[in-house]
Amino acid sequence: MAARNPYEVLGVKKDASEDEIRAAYRKLAKRYHPDLNPGNKEAEARFKEISGANDILSDKDKRARFDRGEIDASGAARPEHAYSRYRGFAEGEPGEKYEYHSAEGVAPEDLDDLFAFFGRGARAGRGSGGGTMRMRGADQHYSLTVDFLTAINGARQRLNLAPERSLDVTIPPGVRDGQVLRLQGQGSPGSNGGPSGDALIEIHVAPHPFFRREGDDIHLDLPVTLGEAVLGGKVTVPTPSGPVAMTIPANSNTGRVLRLKGKGVPRPDGRSGDEYVTLKLMLPEGGDAELADFVRGWARKHPYDPRRGMTP
Amino acid sequence: MIGIEAVMRLIGDLQEAELRRWIAERWVRPEPASEGYLFREVDVARIRLIVELRRELAIDEEALPVVLQLLDQVYALRRRLRAMSEALDAQAPEIRDAVRARLARFSGEDEG
Repeated sequence: MAARNPYEVLGVKKDASEDEIRAAYRKLAKRYHPDLNPGNKEAEARFKEISGANDILSDKDKRARFDRGEIDASGAARPEHAYSRYRGFAEGEPGEKYEYHSAEGVAPEDLDDLFAFFGRGARAGRGSGGGTMRMRGADQHYSLTVDFLTAINGARQRLNLAPERSLDVTIPPGVRDGQVLRLQGQGSPGSNGGPSGDALIEIHVAPHPFFRREGDDIHLDLPVTLGEAVLGGKVTVPTPSGPVAMTIPANSNTGRVLRLKGKGVPRPDGRSGDEYVTLKLMLPEGGDAELADFVRGWARKHPYDPRRGMTP
Repeated sequence: MIGIEAVMRLIGDLQEAELRRWIAERWVRPEPASEGYLFREVDVARIRLIVELRRELAIDEEALPVVLQLLDQVYALRRRLRAMSEALDAQAPEIRDAVRARLARFSGEDEG
């Protein structure tokens, strides 16, 4: 194969700088990289040519030898890679692990629409012969609202699809708002002996009166008494898996955050997030005369300024 | 299936910290093992692709997830198209011909 002049291949002048060559190569490589152009033989051939040209021109020594006529373009054409390109795997079964939806939280229904689309065409009966094709049934989409603690701890829950049909759905522990569960074979029946589609169930998680969820962690505002804040002590704290005992250190302010390790949301890897408890000092309701008397005397003797440094 | 040291030996121009960041970002998804990770051939090829995208094509790590996500979609669609043509090949000749005729008309409309 007679190789073209590398300067022509990259579309640069004989006296192009290194930066100009690099820029020209990048521009062409972006366009013709084989993994970005699956199934395009022409792109593959172009990329080989571009890589070969770049191999010569990006190497000062090789470029000088080419300019002096000591080597020709064909001698340096890059041999086919010793390794297999990504697309060789991605187009087959090994590529399924990088299926677009295996990124967390992204549902696959967009791609299955492709099959559903063909399924619809067959049912509409347009064209000859199409009506006898074996077709997978379409996927059906549902939404299911679960309460906050069910989403964390998991459960089985009944989903009514139609008056005469219901499905028992297993809610996995730690399910997130917006996550889509797939029940295989529970969608529309296939035609002419084709398999049924899947039921895709989008989960909505209802809010909780005092727990808040951030990722795999639970946040909770915990009211404490003046005595507990000043002197410390043991208190009982609610967590999604039940109440636990927690020690409040003496002299704890409102806003202090204590962590209960592993008391958050269970994760698929078997570990759990944490619960973060933010203390909130509550004075006795309606006030207390004895307390007021004490604080009046105490404050005179122990002045302090928690707002120092707040002058704008 | 090979470990991370073997991957580092196979691929030049790659720092282990960089690869670990890609794994944390889930751009590369080896299987977790008792000691570190196990990589399949597809994972190694994907690492090579990401190295080329970063070094030769100068795609930065801000843009990389967009590129990978679109690529993953393209390949998923191509796998489904292949499954579809295999399904079509298994049909009776008159069905295949009818579908081909219909597709030919479709591409003809595109050009005309």
